[in-house]
Amino acid sequence: MFIRHETLEKNAFLFLLLTLLTIAIGGIVEVIPLFTIETTVEPVKGVRPYSPLESRGRDIYVREGCYVCHSQMIRALRDEVERYGHYSLAAESMYDHPFQWGSKRIGPDLARVGGKYSSEWHYAHLTNAQSVVPESLMPHYAFLADTPLDTDDLVNRLKAQRTVGVPYTDEDIANALADLRTQADPSADNTALLKRYPKAVTVPGNSTAPTEMDALVAYLQVLGTMVDFADPANEKLRQ
Amino acid sequence: MPTKVEKDSITGHTTTGHEWDGLKELNRPLPKWWLYVMYATIVWAICWMVLYPSWPGIHGYFHGVLGYSQRDKVDADVAAVARQRAGSLDRIKVLSFDEIRKDPQLLAVAQTAGRITFANNCQPCHGAGGGGNPGYPALAAGNWLWGGTLPDIQQTVTHGIRSGDPDARQSQMPRFGADGILKPEEIQQVADYVATLFGIPAQGKDVSAGQKLFTENCAICHGDAGQGNREVGGPRLASRAHLYGSDRAAIVAQVTNPRMGVMPNWNARLDEATIKSVALYVHSLGGGE
Repeated sequence: MFIRHETLEKNAFLFLLLTLLTIAIGGIVEVIPLFTIETTVEPVKGVRPYSPLESRGRDIYVREGCYVCHSQMIRALRDEVERYGHYSLAAESMYDHPFQWGSKRIGPDLARVGGKYSSEWHYAHLTNAQSVVPESLMPHYAFLADTPLDTDDLVNRLKAQRTVGVPYTDEDIANALADLRTQADPSADNTALLKRYPKAVTVPGNSTAPTEMDALVAYLQVLGTMVDFADPANEKLRQ
Repeated sequence: MPTKVEKDSITGHTTTGHEWDGLKELNRPLPKWWLYVMYATIVWAICWMVLYPSWPGIHGYFHGVLGYSQRDKVDADVAAVARQRAGSLDRIKVLSFDEIRKDPQLLAVAQTAGRITFANNCQPCHGAGGGGNPGYPALAAGNWLWGGTLPDIQQTVTHGIRSGDPDARQSQMPRFGADGILKPEEIQQVADYVATLFGIPAQGKDVSAGQKLFTENCAICHGDAGQGNREVGGPRLASRAHLYGSDRAAIVAQVTNPRMGVMPNWNARLDEATIKSVALYVHSLGGGE
């Protein structure tokens, strides 16, 4: 309009300069909000890093592509809130690298599935979903119960998470393997585990050699349970 | 390189003045309607940024002139529906089950609310229509573990079974085999006897030893004749429907290292009126007492 197209096309340097300017605006719009992330993710009481078993379960969740059919994002819409519970908060996935919000709901949303069903149900359902829900079209994951969980790289995995901002302490990392086994053993003393990871659900698994299914169930059982919405400290969450 | 602008004789349009090896470019600007629509969208975007939450700032973001918040909206939507339902739900909450059942209109509301809630929350374990699944009791069968009256069902749904809730229904079957309370051969004998309660013929086998062991170890929770004991959630054995299988191997497995189901407490997810509605629905499935 103001600069004639012809002028632009005939001045390579000016054209380059204006192109850079345009791209810079686009870049700034995408980058600047990241600097103010702490004003976007509101502080919420209760959110903690995943316990070692949950964290490994999350790895299995990602590996098996559960996100392809299940979202973890309850949108702020009435019908979703009525069906699944309180809408998801940004803080609830602040320790997810990467987040598992998903964009497809062939199966139901899992953001608050923790505690909705018993652990035994999850074992039965993962092994053969149709055995409990005949109309389900979920594939069978029975092999997870036969696959011992690889824990050799557990410490490195937690350290990697710490590098990207998950606040695992040295104590957490030193006790990682013990915590992982404790969470898969209902008869073990889980006081220390619960102190480090409140609300961690102990699964009836194989404590000497936890399976991938043990880890996945532990992960599913904590989803959406960390924040206590009855707590007045969490009442005003308008961001 | 720039040449002079001329009129193209074939199309009637002027050229841009560019020429590459004899090829000339026609000057065809964007259609006016397209251009104005693009300007309109820019204006629209600016208005939108002023009216609605848009720009990030140092101390939070710009909330927009209208002060719109999706969270306020959903809170208002939920509250509006709650007001709409309040008439019925408040009455369901305060009235006794008998009073609700005397009011056909209110009962219909409760049944509908109960059916929808059941499908979302209860059906994955208890099956459609309360048909049950292996390990999860059939609610339509009337074979209740903890009682099938409306208050019983309400109690179970509210606090759950072995759920960790302080008022949850609790019971624990000893691990007769795994903890060495009974010897393996004794477990076989008990299984022989319990199989007859299940309706599997003894076929001339002597089950008196098993019966004696049963009376000493099992009868306190399962009843002298295996009729069950709802005070402690002891399942009825003299029946043809069993949670963990109906053959002799299942009995041995259950005595050796018992499986015990967990039902979540629903008071954390559902309000009292909804739980009462679910109780009314479950009660109506065919097994209600």
